[in-house]
Amino acid sequence: MVTVKILGSGCANCRRLEAMVQKVVTAKRLDVRLEEVTDYAEIMKYPILSTPGLVIDEKLVSAGRIPAESEIVQWLSAAGAV
Amino acid sequence: MSSQTKVSTCRYNYPSMLLGLKLGVVAVLWYIAYSALLPLTQWLTYSVLGLTRGSQLGESIAFFLYDVPKILLLLSAMIFGISIVRTFFSPERTRALLGGKRQGLGNTLAAMLGIVTPFCSCSAVPLFIGFVESGVPLGVTFSFLIAAPLINEVAVVLLYGLFGWRVAALYITSGLTIAIVAGFIIGKLNLERYVEDFVWQLQLAHGGAQEQLTWDIRVERAWGSVKDIVGKVWLYVVAGIAVGAAIHGYVPESALAGIMGKQAWWSVPAAVLLGVPLYSNAAGVIPIVSVLIEKGASLGTVLAFMMAVVGLSLPEMIILRRVLKPQLIAVFVGVLAGAIMITGYLFNFIV
Repeated sequence: MVTVKILGSGCANCRRLEAMVQKVVTAKRLDVRLEEVTDYAEIMKYPILSTPGLVIDEKLVSAGRIPAESEIVQWLSAAGAV
Repeated sequence: MSSQTKVSTCRYNYPSMLLGLKLGVVAVLWYIAYSALLPLTQWLTYSVLGLTRGSQLGESIAFFLYDVPKILLLLSAMIFGISIVRTFFSPERTRALLGGKRQGLGNTLAAMLGIVTPFCSCSAVPLFIGFVESGVPLGVTFSFLIAAPLINEVAVVLLYGLFGWRVAALYITSGLTIAIVAGFIIGKLNLERYVEDFVWQLQLAHGGAQEQLTWDIRVERAWGSVKDIVGKVWLYVVAGIAVGAAIHGYVPESALAGIMGKQAWWSVPAAVLLGVPLYSNAAGVIPIVSVLIEKGASLGTVLAFMMAVVGLSLPEMIILRRVLKPQLIAVFVGVLAGAIMITGYLFNFIV
């Protein structure tokens, strides 16, 4: 099981990222646990300067933007969720 | 994805010929569309729709039909351009550039970087914590946080489209000055103790991966930004221009000179006080602003209003409350509002 975390305080972009990840996970039936991290002390444990951030298995893969769906699929495959 | 340890010999690559060609074609098409706008819309209004030149309805419709596509075209071009520039910058790089710079120079650099570093107001907190924890002085961080939302490309392109490059340049220069001076003042006040304690106690994680971007990706992201922002903002642009068109056609000249003109000394503070609690994106406000000026409001008052609306937003203050104690937020708002007011008076004086 792969752990995916969305780092962000709940603004529109963070929600969009979460929706996108959820969509990919559901569509491809991936073995993923999705978490939302909104506490700043927790968020700053990752090397991030702009939200939304995407963390896969404790590694920060994207920050400050909404990545393309294809990128999300790629990262999740690399992490072994597929 | 590249890892942190890989060192690339060529940091920036060049766009491919095919990409360059595609961009060239788009640029030419854009230019043709832009130049055709005035004659086309004049023809539509007065020949096709049969309205009379100089009539109130005719003027309003012609204004509307011309300005909507014009603003949207300018907006697309500007957002595309600045998004490409932004792919060369990142908050991490900005932080590295600002770390340890002394006041004055640091404030100036921070304000300029605020324009080109990608920034969204929900990132204000991680960015603030990240900067301050790595040795960027408090005042310098504030210069960045003021410049980034204030000098936004939507505002600049709209000002250019409606008033010409002089006003747009004036806006950028005064925005920078305000960011530098306000940040400098806040820095001198030594308000570090009014930052929430947990910020100073955090251990920052290190070693984010630097992205290696190709030109194809840069263009893809810039185009994505255009679709994203224009998609969010077009309705406000249309609504703003519609209101502007109505005022343009129907409200007589000089109707506003009394309350918003230069003679009313209190109009600048009133405009700023009105603007601070309001929150709007620049797209909706500016078309209205343009027509207010046309009807006799003075440039300084109206620009001060615009800056107060765009530069200070209640949502951002609420977000910043997570890391700043109320006293520091109050100082921040106060210094910024004061700087905007002074700029307003200055413009009323010299323009």
